[in-house]
Parts: sequence; C-alpha cells; structure tokens
Amino acid sequence: MTDATNQPQAQEAQMGDYFALMKPRVMQLVVFTALVGLIVAPVGVNPFVGFVAVLCIAVGAGASGALNMWWDADIDAIMKRTVNRPIPSGAVQPSEALAIGLTLSVFAVVLLFLATNALAAGLLAFTIFFYAVVYSMWLKRSTPQNIVIGGAAGAFPPMIGWAVATGSVSVESVLMFALIFMWTPPHFWALALFVKSDYGDAGVPMLTETHGRTITRKHIIAYCAPLVVVALWLGFTPIGGPFYLVVALTLNIWFLKGCYAIWRRTDADSDADNHAVEKHTFKVSLYYLFGHFGALMVEALLRNFELTSWAGW
Amino acid sequence: MVMKVEHEIHSRRKGRNMGVGLLLMGLIGIVFGLTVVKVLGLTDIRQLEKFDHVARPQLEPGALEAAEQRAADVADEREAAAAATQEGASE
Repeated sequence: MTDATNQPQAQEAQMGDYFALMKPRVMQLVVFTALVGLIVAPVGVNPFVGFVAVLCIAVGAGASGALNMWWDADIDAIMKRTVNRPIPSGAVQPSEALAIGLTLSVFAVVLLFLATNALAAGLLAFTIFFYAVVYSMWLKRSTPQNIVIGGAAGAFPPMIGWAVATGSVSVESVLMFALIFMWTPPHFWALALFVKSDYGDAGVPMLTETHGRTITRKHIIAYCAPLVVVALWLGFTPIGGPFYLVVALTLNIWFLKGCYAIWRRTDADSDADNHAVEKHTFKVSLYYLFGHFGALMVEALLRNFELTSWAGW
Repeated sequence: MVMKVEHEIHSRRKGRNMGVGLLLMGLIGIVFGLTVVKVLGLTDIRQLEKFDHVARPQLEPGALEAAEQRAADVADEREAAAAATQEGASE
C-alpha cells in the first residue's frame, strides 16, 4: 500500500516555510502603520481588543501574501529575487498556499468583525481582495502602473486601525492612507533604478523597462510633489502637531532633495557613481515613512500626557 | 499500513505539529480574552442575555420596567385598600 502523506518528501515544509508564505517583512510595515492608526485615533480601545485587531490585520496581510505567492508561483520561479520563495523552492505546494491564504483571510476578517466592528472588517476584506485580485491577478502583469494602484493595498492598514477605534473613516485616516499611497511609487522606483531586475523575463511590465529609466526619473519627482503636500497637510489635522510638523518638514526636504537629484541625473551619471544617489534616496524613503508614522505616534503620546499646550497648539 | 506509535512521520513533523498546537492554544486564548473583555465592558449585564428558544418576557424592550411599574401599582392599590378597610373598621 502506498500512502503519499507518509512518504518523506525531498524537502518537508516546516512552520518557517508557511510563515515565509505570509511575507513577514511586509507584515512588519502593516503592523506598524496599523498600530499607529489605532493609537492616534481619538477614541480609546481596550488594549487586548487593540492587540487582537492588529493581529487580525497582520494575519489578513499575510493571507493576501500567501494568495499572491500562489498566483505568482510561475513568475517567482523565473526571477532570481523570488526563486527561493516557499512554492518555487518546492517546500510548499501551491494548493497548500491557496488553502492557507483563503482560510486565514476568512479567519482574520471574521475575528476582526467579532472583536471590533463591521467597517474595520470590511476594509480588511477589501484590502485582501485588492492585493490578491486587483493587484496580483489583474494589474501586475498588465500595466507598468501596477505598483501605483497596487500600492493602495499597503496603504489601508492605518485606515483599518483608525476604523477599529472610531468605527468610521475620516480626513485623518484618508490622509494616512494617502501618505503611504503616494510614498510607494517613488520608494519603489528609486529601488528599480539601481536593482537589476528580471521582471522583463517574467513578463511583468515595470516602468523602468517599458518606458525607460528617464521617464521613471520624471515619475519619481511627479509623485514626490503631491506626497509632500499630503505629509504636511497631516500636520494640521487634530492628529498632527508641532513635533510632527518639524519631523515632516525635515524628512520632506530630505526626500524631495533626493528625488530632485534623481530627476536631474542621467543614466550615465548614475552608472558612473554606481547609483549612489538612487541608493541614498531609497534609504531616505525608508526613514521617511517610519519617521512620519513615528512622529504621529509621539504626538498621540504627547496629547495623552497633555504636553502639547506648551506650543499653544 | 499500520501506523506505529514511533513512526518516522512523528519526528519528521514534530515541529509542524508543535506549531499548530501553539497556534490553536493562542486562538483559544484570544477567544477567551475577547469574551472576558466584552462581558466586563457591558454596562448592564442584561445585555448579555439573548433569545435562547425560550420565551422570556424580560428580554422584551421595556418589559422589566413595565413589570416593575405594574408591581408598584398593585402595591399602591393594596395599600389604599388596606387603608380603606382600616378606616371602615375604626368607624
């Protein structure tokens, strides 16, 4: 008698492989921004409910990551950056990834609904749908603007965190969404300018390959300008304040300077110094997002300890 | 094929089984914790009661208040009747 489940596989999937399926690095950003959205909201949440809510948002993000890996298994096997992911490496079967993705999606949405409210659960369900279906299945292989529209999926977590606390969507949560949404294109394209990708071999249209690097440089500065407006606008809402504005002003001047330098450069300049400016601006973009959301969190703490009155804010 | 107690699959999948076990225990903890938080957050413990296939008048909106009012009215009527009886007896 043969029993396939009892036969040792070439590579047995361990918990770590299933965890890798959930894109833990992406989950870090999701957890951080969702937590900030929750903390800066004007309505308090029970700490345990808040913990469960952030966990559900993280699991939902992980589930959409698993669905993305299931759908993209064919192109992941072609590209060097993704060839060691659990499905192309053979550690996890595609059907397992699909089952895990669907199960965890339902689990996260239902638990978030039971723990908090229908709006937060609905936004999480829409985020999963947006990333797995709109981005992965539809946009990623059809348009070079894929990361622009797909970036919305990564921008929803602070809005969900806000909805967990308040049960509503407001200007503040929309601006937090807009901040990540507008930040994603210049952040990603700065990376695309110095990383040698094989998206072309996999049939994925990336702006650097479909329209060229010069157009990509123009796109970076074009997205950076409205990003600055959104970032500073957030400082004049009830969740902003003098500390946030100082941090935002500093980071925006720094990032805008980098984006401007990228725009003014030619590919020859870039090759000559081994893409030093592009690499530096990419690094600044990481500080940029962390700095803005960190400053929002500090503002919330200052408000809690009533320390904002010193500036007459 | 008979699965022995010390089958090789037990050691091979030990990590996975432990992980699944811990996740399930975590889920139990989350559901229990949420239940405690939700129950302790109720302003009126009667909010906990829901329809359970048995008709209970106290679950009707305002039923308890109406019953208390009726009881108070009945008590007033009895007091009035008792007072009238006492007055009649003294005359």
